[in-house]
Amino acid sequence: MNAQPSLTAKPSGAQRAVRFVLPVVVFAAGLLAWELVVRIKEIPPYVLPAPSIIFLTLIKDWAVLSQSLATTLLTTLEGFVAASLGGIALALLFNQSKWVEYSLFPYAVVLQVTPVIAIAPLLLIYLEQQTAVVVCAFIVAFFPVLSNTTLGLNSVDRNLAGLFQLYGASPQQTLRFLKLPAALPYILGGLRIAGGLSLIGAVVAEIAAGTAGAGSGLAYRIAESGYRLNIPRMFAALLLLSLAGIVIYGGLALVSHLVLRRWHESALGKEN
Amino acid sequence: MSSVKTSAGGEPGLTALAVSLRGVTKTYDNGVMALGPLDLAVRKGEFISLLGPSGCGKSTALRLIAGLGAPSSGTVRVAHHDGPAQPGQGIGFVFQEPTLMPWTSVRENVRLPLKLGGIPKAEGRARADAALASVGLADFADAFPRELSGGMKMRVSLARALVTDPDILLMDEPFAALDEITRFRLNNDLLALWRSLRKTVVFVTHSVFESVYLSQRVVVMTARPGRIQADIRIETVEPRGEEFRTSAAYSDYCRKVSAALAPSYSGQSVL
Repeated sequence: MNAQPSLTAKPSGAQRAVRFVLPVVVFAAGLLAWELVVRIKEIPPYVLPAPSIIFLTLIKDWAVLSQSLATTLLTTLEGFVAASLGGIALALLFNQSKWVEYSLFPYAVVLQVTPVIAIAPLLLIYLEQQTAVVVCAFIVAFFPVLSNTTLGLNSVDRNLAGLFQLYGASPQQTLRFLKLPAALPYILGGLRIAGGLSLIGAVVAEIAAGTAGAGSGLAYRIAESGYRLNIPRMFAALLLLSLAGIVIYGGLALVSHLVLRRWHESALGKEN
Repeated sequence: MSSVKTSAGGEPGLTALAVSLRGVTKTYDNGVMALGPLDLAVRKGEFISLLGPSGCGKSTALRLIAGLGAPSSGTVRVAHHDGPAQPGQGIGFVFQEPTLMPWTSVRENVRLPLKLGGIPKAEGRARADAALASVGLADFADAFPRELSGGMKMRVSLARALVTDPDILLMDEPFAALDEITRFRLNNDLLALWRSLRKTVVFVTHSVFESVYLSQRVVVMTARPGRIQADIRIETVEPRGEEFRTSAAYSDYCRKVSAALAPSYSGQSVL
């Protein structure tokens, strides 16, 4: 599969270029149209700022915005790490004992289906603000990790499990050399979803917290700029959030691809 | 029935046995009686086939010999260890599917039994490479399972079963999913390995032709619950080769085994 790229790669390479270029063209055309409409109709910036103004605001307010970005990203990262470790650990626990699974799984579902925006104000009463925000990110993000890891751990090939039994593998060996590698594609899929969700959780919690002072995440900046009719900054903050989400997703997808590329169907080329 | 005498344990005659099943039954939790009662004695170095219709419990018997699960009644003795087989004790198992770990290289797949047994990495790798060479895959140690053909995967599976140098090789319809040409080649390779290594082989199959070609004894089983219908010794000039496959003796044996197998299918509707 690595020997003859010349024949098959050409059309697929062109296709890939088209798939990359087309959205960029659409994006550029959209920005241009937006800029033109704002200028021709002379729409004031507090109603709809032109892309150029948003960009200038991004540069002008970079000091404030970058600090908020760092805050939000830190919250997201903490929530993501907590969700990953918590989700995988809980799935391993469920896998070891059916009793634990039966006892706790319904509550994991309850936590998942209750909208986090409704829980956030409660958490803000009982927890310190920064902790509450991280907990929100955790609540939103941990369930996909838990359910995907559980699925992965239950998908172990029955004969391979028999083979490990035959050769007298200890539970630790079975976990390390069989269950975790077999579950890896599922775990990575869960993490990819969790990355985006922890950003959402962090943003929702920041908006719910909404108080001035300590909270200075991007979501808080958006709310604050809204109150002050600083619409260009609202858009700039939104742009940063969007970019952060794309980078998180892309990064996790890349990690997943690099880890699985040698063996898993999901990461292999479709030509064979 | 078998010509081997199996009387109460500890007798000299017993040491010549690699596998001995006495009055073995297996009833599953759902009440289905899959096996038995089954009496079977396999001498050391013998190549026997268990032949029977699907669902007759021949795979179940093999798993019991391997120690994967306990019989509902009766005793399973392997080599001269009393009681049920200890997992992995001198046993190599080849499944119907190659059953390789897709996430690691061929060499690491073959090394697995040694790794689980705590054999140092360098020694394990050397032994894995040697086992791969014995099945003609020395050049593919660093490949991943998905890069191999079905027949090659099966060879890797065989190398993994051989890497611990077991006394007994248990094979559960290992070539059933392969095309005929590949199967014939693997049959010949397996016979060559058996001649040079002198393992005890218990080979489960539903192919009359394969069982006659490979084994010294063909044990024909009845439909569920599996019992022994006939025990036919295949005697021919050794070493066997392709000329045996086309000989009159071969077709005579095939006819005989097929006739013994026929009652197992009577009363069963053919799909």
